[in-house]
Amino acid sequence: MIYPWILKQRGILGMNKRNIDYISRYNPRRLYPLVDDKLQSKLLAEEANIPVPELITTLKSQHDVAYLKNKLEGCSGFAIKPAKGSGGKGIMVLSRVDEQHFSKSSGQVVGLQDLQRHASNILAGLYSLGGAPDVAIIERLIEFNPLFKSFSHEGVPDIRVIIFKGFPVMAMMRLATRDSDGKANLHQGAIGVGLDIATGKPLHAVQHGKSILTHPDTGQALSELKVDHWQELLTLAASCYEMSGLGYLGADIVLDNTRGPMLLELNARPGLSIQVANGVGLLHRLKPIEKIDRSILNRDAAARVAFAQDAFASDSLIEDRI
Amino acid sequence: MTRFGFPSRLSFYFFILLIFIVGIVLILQRHWVYDVPLLYGETKTIWSIEAKVEFMAEDKPVKVSMARPPNQEGFTVLKEAAASPGYGLHFLDGDRPQAQWSIRNANGKQTLFYRAEVLVNEQEQAETIKAPKVPYVTLPQPFDKTADAILADVYSASSDNFSFTRELLSRFEFEKENQQISLLRNHYNESLPVLITKMLHKANIPASIIYGLELEDGRRRQSLVPMLRVWNGDDHQLFFYPSDSFSEYSTHADKPFLLWQKVASPIIEVTGGTQSDIHFSMIKREESTYANISQTLSSQYDFMNFSIHSLPIEEQAMFKTILLIPIGALIVCILRIFIGIRTSGTFMPVLIALAFIQTSLITGLVGFILVVTAGLFIRSYLSKLNLLLVARITAVIISVIAIISLFSVLAFKLGLTEGLKITFFPMIILSWTIERMSILWEEEGGKEVMIQGGGSLLTAVLVYWAMNDPWIRHLTFNFIGIQFIVLSCILLIGSYTGYRVLELFRFKALSK
Repeated sequence: MIYPWILKQRGILGMNKRNIDYISRYNPRRLYPLVDDKLQSKLLAEEANIPVPELITTLKSQHDVAYLKNKLEGCSGFAIKPAKGSGGKGIMVLSRVDEQHFSKSSGQVVGLQDLQRHASNILAGLYSLGGAPDVAIIERLIEFNPLFKSFSHEGVPDIRVIIFKGFPVMAMMRLATRDSDGKANLHQGAIGVGLDIATGKPLHAVQHGKSILTHPDTGQALSELKVDHWQELLTLAASCYEMSGLGYLGADIVLDNTRGPMLLELNARPGLSIQVANGVGLLHRLKPIEKIDRSILNRDAAARVAFAQDAFASDSLIEDRI
Repeated sequence: MTRFGFPSRLSFYFFILLIFIVGIVLILQRHWVYDVPLLYGETKTIWSIEAKVEFMAEDKPVKVSMARPPNQEGFTVLKEAAASPGYGLHFLDGDRPQAQWSIRNANGKQTLFYRAEVLVNEQEQAETIKAPKVPYVTLPQPFDKTADAILADVYSASSDNFSFTRELLSRFEFEKENQQISLLRNHYNESLPVLITKMLHKANIPASIIYGLELEDGRRRQSLVPMLRVWNGDDHQLFFYPSDSFSEYSTHADKPFLLWQKVASPIIEVTGGTQSDIHFSMIKREESTYANISQTLSSQYDFMNFSIHSLPIEEQAMFKTILLIPIGALIVCILRIFIGIRTSGTFMPVLIALAFIQTSLITGLVGFILVVTAGLFIRSYLSKLNLLLVARITAVIISVIAIISLFSVLAFKLGLTEGLKITFFPMIILSWTIERMSILWEEEGGKEVMIQGGGSLLTAVLVYWAMNDPWIRHLTFNFIGIQFIVLSCILLIGSYTGYRVLELFRFKALSK
């Protein structure tokens, strides 16, 4: 147990404070559909020239499911996901084996029928909030950097950046493990690696709330994690503020081998585990931004990133502590 | 702070304070002006009982006679009232107290109300009632001969009319396997009270069927229960009829029993109407002084006496439960916002707790766990069938009903009448719970299901304790002001931005 005054002293943001003082104050309710619906946010991002994984097709009615095979013609690897899903639910990553068969990242082979059933479940609203009817999105697979191979079990590692009033305030990389079943959610056992805002270098890593130094499945030392295109990635994240209008935002970004950073999805209610991964409280970074004056607030994304990198640079990288 | 139209903090706290003060004022006003006691216990118990008579009038003069409860051992009738627009009303006293309604012409469905306020009064003594004449009775053969054989047997094992009756009743209760008994039981299964009374008459013992009401707080649409009154010289005693598998005649020891008539007579007689029906609603109230009882609150309709006590008993009984719900919701708020307990469905625990009130805690817990576990197994099969969501939940609802029926039958066969009560669970809610837990299981694993299921049950148990507490029941029902205080607390809790207790553990790693 940790005493509440120590939490406060460390600047840890709690669930109640996040809901009242940040989400409900800075995120107008009417903007939620933009981020809760991945299809909408994708189209919005394309409009704002923010790179996103290429959309192959969408399935909007049960009728479309029958034509799934035609729609996937000539496509080698793809991800199928519900537009209104949350927490990574219902996402299936597949590579093509032949006309009728696909292979999951775990190597498990699924038939066209299984895929159609999955799509049909998505449309029925199995994975959407409150069971509302949904749309299935099929997008081209990210070609992720082979460097990450040893850092992640199955899933593609993604980078979560918290953006407050347009400033990137905290970032972490999420690495799937066998425990998390290839998923990137910390509460399911994925690893969270806090990243230094200034350099993108790893600060601290946790799994199940405990500090770790190596990936439990591959034995890879996490201190060797290196995120390319860091500047570009932060600028992309920061520009999600203008695009969505949300003041308190989580952006999930993936690094494509050829196209660089791409926006995967936005989250209007980002979780608090990022603090544990970074070993730092969010309040120490949110509070100064709330006090910032207008002249800095009104600068463009690149300038806001520069400000954040200067203000939130960390001096205790993971490699220094080993 | 006012960027998105938020009211300022100060006015918000002022508003909370205002609601809180309104609540306190309402409570004190009810306490001082109407003498409603703040403390539970130092009171007299009053039962308000409402009889609702319904029938179809046939476009001609109508006369309705209904038996009224007399003063009796343990109960004093304080006040009676009847409502029935257009009808002439007449209370008859004497040996057969009755209420009589009459009208020159009526057509269509008619509803008449009678309400009695009955004080629980230990001083009230039993009256002597003259034994009725024993009629000459024969039963059709072969039952007459069988009855004679049983009576002869019982006679030799008894000393007076009372012990004779006890012996006879116990044979019907416990010797169901006995051939003679089962012959009679099978033939008279729906009218066991009539059979037993006739058999007593055959033995030349004065006896009559007399109807009464089991008093249980907040019950609606109750029916009268038959009782057996037997005389031995000038003394008379009441007996419960043995219960059988079709209807329950015996009453429960913890529920007081009010006789609805003094001597055996029809409960209701309707001339000029058909399909007459009568049922009862009742509610328990604690009042402080006798003086207060005489000026019953329901007769005062001024604005300041805004209270649910002016509603019909049936609605009051419903409100008695509804007014407890905010207390349950308050506890859920506290557990979720201050502690951080996770439940499946925000207010589902309150509904489960409401079911617990009907079933009693242990039965409810066991029933809930059985139904949800069985439901999860069925649901895991359904998930393979690849159905659309709404159809799947419908299938779960039907399965839940099947499970509940199965458990009820099994419990009954095993002699556990408690098991029958799981029918009180809200089935649609249970089905959604099963659906949600099943999805949770598939996506997050069994551990998360245990956390949320356990959180829900823990919350439900706490809510049950609060809602079943006699103090809380007394306060919520008698003081509407409590609702304002609860509201102000909830608003205050809703603006709490501090840490949750479970976060102190979640962020433990950050202490270094």
